[in-house]
Amino acid sequence: MHPILKLVAQRLSLGIILLFAASALIFGLTEILPGDAAQAQLGQAATPESLANLREEMGLNRPALTRYTEWIGGMMTGDMGNALSNKLPIGEQIGKRLGATIFLASWAALISVPLAILLGLVAVRYQNRWPDKVISGSTLTFISLPEFMLAYILIFIIGVKLQWAPSFANVSPDMPLLEKLHAISLPVTVLTLVVLAHMMRMTRAAILNVMQSAYIETAELKGLTSFEVIRKHAFPNAIAPIVNVVMLNLAYLVVGVVVVEAVFAYPGMGQYLVDAVVKRDVPVVLTSGVIFAAVYIVLNMIADVVSILSNPRLRHPK
Amino acid sequence: MTNELQHLSTKVTDGTMTRREFMSKAAALGVSAAVATSFLADAAYAATPVKGGTFKMGVQGGESTNSQDPATWASDVPIAGGFCWGETLAYAGPTGLEPRVAESWEGSADAKTWRFKLRQGITFSNGAAVTTEDILATMQRHTNEDSKSGALGIMSGIESMRADGDVFELTLAIGNADLPYLMADYHLIIQPNGGFDDPAAAIGTGLYTLETDEPGVRMTFKKNPTHWAADEMGHYDTVEVIVLNDATARTAALQSGQVDTINRVEPKIAKLLGRAPNIEVKTTSGRGHYVFIMHVDTAPFDNVELRLALKHALNRQEMVDKILQGYGSIGNDMPINEAYPLFDDTIPQREFSLEKAAEHYKKSGHDGSPIILRTADGAFPGAVDAAALFQQSCQAAGIPLEIKREPNDGYWSEVWNVQPYCASYWGGRPVQDQMYSTAYLSSADWNDTRWKRDDFDAMLFEARAELDEAKRKEIYSKMGRLLNEEGGVMVPMFNDFVDAISSDIQGWETNPSGPQMYWTAFAKTWKA
Amino acid sequence: MRIPLSAMIGLILTGLYFFAAIFASWIAPYGMAEAVGDVWEPSSAAHWLGTDQIGRDLLTRMIYGGQTTIFIATAATILSFSTGAIFGFIAAVSGGWVDQILSRFVDLMMSIPSLILALVILSAIDVTVLTLIVLMGLLDSTRVFRLARAVAVDISVMEYVEAARLRGEKIFWIIFREILPNALSPLVAEMGLRFIFMVLFISTLSFLGIGVQPPLADWGGIVKENKDGINFGIGAALYPAVAICTLAISVNLVADWVLTRTTSLKGGRG
Repeated sequence: MHPILKLVAQRLSLGIILLFAASALIFGLTEILPGDAAQAQLGQAATPESLANLREEMGLNRPALTRYTEWIGGMMTGDMGNALSNKLPIGEQIGKRLGATIFLASWAALISVPLAILLGLVAVRYQNRWPDKVISGSTLTFISLPEFMLAYILIFIIGVKLQWAPSFANVSPDMPLLEKLHAISLPVTVLTLVVLAHMMRMTRAAILNVMQSAYIETAELKGLTSFEVIRKHAFPNAIAPIVNVVMLNLAYLVVGVVVVEAVFAYPGMGQYLVDAVVKRDVPVVLTSGVIFAAVYIVLNMIADVVSILSNPRLRHPK
Repeated sequence: MTNELQHLSTKVTDGTMTRREFMSKAAALGVSAAVATSFLADAAYAATPVKGGTFKMGVQGGESTNSQDPATWASDVPIAGGFCWGETLAYAGPTGLEPRVAESWEGSADAKTWRFKLRQGITFSNGAAVTTEDILATMQRHTNEDSKSGALGIMSGIESMRADGDVFELTLAIGNADLPYLMADYHLIIQPNGGFDDPAAAIGTGLYTLETDEPGVRMTFKKNPTHWAADEMGHYDTVEVIVLNDATARTAALQSGQVDTINRVEPKIAKLLGRAPNIEVKTTSGRGHYVFIMHVDTAPFDNVELRLALKHALNRQEMVDKILQGYGSIGNDMPINEAYPLFDDTIPQREFSLEKAAEHYKKSGHDGSPIILRTADGAFPGAVDAAALFQQSCQAAGIPLEIKREPNDGYWSEVWNVQPYCASYWGGRPVQDQMYSTAYLSSADWNDTRWKRDDFDAMLFEARAELDEAKRKEIYSKMGRLLNEEGGVMVPMFNDFVDAISSDIQGWETNPSGPQMYWTAFAKTWKA
Repeated sequence: MRIPLSAMIGLILTGLYFFAAIFASWIAPYGMAEAVGDVWEPSSAAHWLGTDQIGRDLLTRMIYGGQTTIFIATAATILSFSTGAIFGFIAAVSGGWVDQILSRFVDLMMSIPSLILALVILSAIDVTVLTLIVLMGLLDSTRVFRLARAVAVDISVMEYVEAARLRGEKIFWIIFREILPNALSPLVAEMGLRFIFMVLFISTLSFLGIGVQPPLADWGGIVKENKDGINFGIGAALYPAVAICTLAISVNLVADWVLTRTTSLKGGRG
C-alpha cells in the first residue's frame, strides 16, 4: 500500500477509536450531572409515581451501560432514535441544525480563508510598512474583542442604525438562497472577523519564516518581483502551517459558535446541544457531541495529511 | 406634535382616554378644534380592521426541547403558539370572561354544579366536529392521576364530570363561584379526544393552524377560515412566533422592523425604546408579581422571625424604581394587589426597616451562616440585579445573605420549587381564589413556598363557597394578612407587563391577565 | 537594551491594568456592590464613567471587575502552564506508551469543544472562583501540552540530552535541568496568548451567565449586565469591552516582542 494511504487508514482508525472514547466521556459526564430527563421534564409537577412512570417510559431506569450500548447500537445502524424531551426524531432535528451550522460556517469560511491568505500575503509583501501595520493592527483588535461584543456593536450599527442587514438571523428552510444570505450577513461578518486574525497572522508568520531561507535569496537574485517570489516559492513552502491554522479555525466555525448562535437567535447545533444539556436529554447530547468531535477529528486529519503531502521529506519516508 | 396628537387620538379609540380629554390636550398643544377632530376621524378610520399580512411576534421563553402538548407548557413561547391553534372553554378577556369553545355556561345556586354549553357547529382543524366527549376527555387527561399537566392543581377540586348531549357538566366537592375562570387556564385547550391519542398534534379549534414548528426557533401559523369568529378576529393571513430569548436581540429585532411586537421589554430600556419614532411601548398593570420564595418547612426559613427579618430588609421602593423603572408598584408579601376583585386595601404595607430587620434577625437566633438566595437572569427581568440590591440592604441590616446565580436554562426544573430560597415570578390569576389555589393550597403542586396550613386551606374553601361578597372579602383579607405575617413569599413588586409594538399595529388593547393582550394580539390587532 | 515603542506601550498598559487590579480596594472610589446613584447616569465628576444598570459606580465596577478577570485569568494561565508543560515534557522525554497515552488523552479532550465541556461541568459542580480557575486551567492545559511536547521533542534529541540519558539521570532531572531552561522562551511567548484566551474565556462564561457569582464584578459580566443599553447608545457595556480589548492587545504586543527577542537569541546561538 502507498505510504500515504496507509497513513490515512491509520489516522482514520485512530479517529474512530477517539470517537468512541469521546462518546464514552460525554456519556460519563452526563451521568454525573444532577437530575435526569424525567425530572427536568416534570419539574415542579413531579411526584414519586409520575417520576417513576416517566422514567419507565423513557427507559431511564435501566443500567447506564445498557443505555449507552443501546445508543451505540442505534448509531451503528444509522438510527439515532428520538429525543427524550419532546420525542422528535434526533436524526431529523440534527439534520436541520447541522445543516444550518454548516451553512453559516461555510459562508464564513468562504470569505475569511481567501481574505486571510490574501491579507497575509499583502502584509508580507509590505512587511513593516503601513499596509502591514494596518492589517496586523486591525486584525489584532478583532481577535482581542470578545465575539459577543463584536456582535452587539454590529447589531447596533448595521442592524438598528443603518438597517442594512437584519439584526437577527431569521432563516427558514424554504427561504431562497439570496434571502438566506441576507439574513445571515451579520453573523457571517462576526465569525469572519473573529477567525480572520488568527489565520492571517499565521500566514504572515509562516511565509516570513520561509522568506529567510537561502533559496528565496536565490530567487530574488534571479530578478523575480517580490510578489512572484512569494507566490512561486515562499507560499507553497509555507502551506503546511497555513493549512493547519485554517483547519483549526474551520473546526472553530462549526463547534465554537454557541455564543454567536445565541446572540443572533440562529438555529444551529450549539443552541440545540445547550438546550439538550439543560433538559438532560442524553441521546441528543451524545449524538451532537460526537458530531462535534467527528468534525474536529476529520479536519485535524486533513491538516496532518496535507502537511505531510506538502513536505517532500515526509512524503517519501525512508 | 403631530406624532403626539396621533398617539393621543389612538388612546381615544382604544378607550383609555375620553374625547373631551383629547380635545383639551389638543388645545394645550395649540391645535384648533377642527384639526384635532380630523385627527380623531383618522384614528377612527384606522380603527377599522385591515385584513391580511403577517404578524411577527418576537417572544422570550422558548427552548428546542419545547413540545406542543399543552400539559407541558410553562413558558411564554409554547403558550403564545397554543393560543393561536387552540381554544379553551372560555377566555379571560380584558373585561371578564369571553366564551370560546363553550357558548355559555351556568352554575347551580351553591356553585357546585357547572354546565357548559358547547358552541354549535365548530370543528377541529383536522375537520372533525367538536363534541362534548372531546371536552370531557381533555379535562380527564389533565386530571389524570399520573398526568404531567401543569393544570393538575387547579383541577383537584372536581368530583365528577360528564358529557350530556351538547352540555359538559362538572360537579365540585366544594362550591366555587369562580370556576369558569379555571376553565380558561391555557393548559386546558380542547383537543380531539382530549389529546389522549397524540397530545402534541397541535390540532385545536383556534383562529390559526400550525404550519411549521421548529422547537426553540419559530412557529408559523396560517389563518383558519372555518373558525366560528373568522370575520371578527384573526385579521392576519399568517402569524409567526419567533423565539428571541436574548433581550438585546429582541429589542434590536423590533427596532429594525424584523418583528412587529416583542414581549418582556426590559424596564430599564422601556423609556428609551418608547422614544424611537416607529415604536410604541405598551404597559399593562396587572396581577403579575416578582417573588423571593422561601420554603417554610426548610431550615433556616422554617423560622418565622428569620422570614420577617428578610421581609423587613427588602427595600421595595428601590426595587420598583431601579428594577422596574416605575413600571410597576410595590408588593406586600402576599400575591394579591388592588387589581384583584375583593382586595382589602387596609392591610398595612410592610415597611423597609433595617432596625426591625436586625431585631427580627437577632430574635431568630440564626447561626450567622450564609443564607443563599438563588437567582437567574431568567427568573424575572432584572432578577440578578434585584438580588444584588437586596443583598446590599441585608448586609446593612447584618443579615448574611449570599446570592447564587444559577444558569438560566433549567432554572424552572432544577431551582424553582426545588431549592429552599430563590427568585421567581407569578403571572397572576384572574381571581384571588385561583391564585391561592395554584400556589398556596397545601395540596397544590406549585406550592413553591411549601405553605401547608390547614387553617389557611379551610379559609380558602370557605371563601370559595361563600356567596356573600362582603364576607368573602373579609376572609380573603384574613388570608392575605396571614401570608403577609407568616408566609414564605416575599413580594418586592408587582410588575407591569411591558410589551412593545411597531406603530403600524392597530387595535391594541390592554388585558391585565397577561402580556401581548394576554396572547390575543395576533387575533385582535391588524396592520394599518 | 532598546525596547520598541509598541512593546513599551504594551508594557505600560499591561502594568497599569495589573496595578489597578492588585490595588483595587485602595483605588476604587466606592464599594464594589454599593448602589450610589440612579440607573445609567452619564459620566460626571462624582462618577467618571457614569453608573451601571442598578446605579453602582461604573469606574468602581470596572476596577474590581479587572481584579476578578485578571486574577482568574492569571491563576488559570499558571495552572494551565504548569500542568500542560510538565505532562508535555514527560510525554516527550519518556516517549513510548506514556507519550501515546498522554497524547491520545489530550486528543480526546481537545475533540470536545471546551465551551461545551465547561458548560456541562459547571452545571454539575458549584461555581466558585476556585472551580472556575481549575476548570479553565485544566481545559486549556491541553493546548499547552501540545506545544510543550513539540518543543521538548526537538530538544530531547539534542546531544546533551542524550548524554544525560546515558549518564542515567532521572526523568525529572532531565526535564528540569535540560529541557525546561531551553524550552522556556517559546513557552513564555505562548503564555501571553494563552492569557488573552483566558480573559476572553472567562468573559464568555460570565456573559453566558455561568461565570463568577454576583455581586462580584468581572468584565464579561459587566458587558452582560449593561448590554441592553447598547442599542440606545449607552456606553456602559462598551467600557469593559474596551478594557478586555486593550488588555489583550497590550499583552499581545509584549508577547510579540518577547517572541522576536527570543527567536533572534536562538538565531545567535545557531
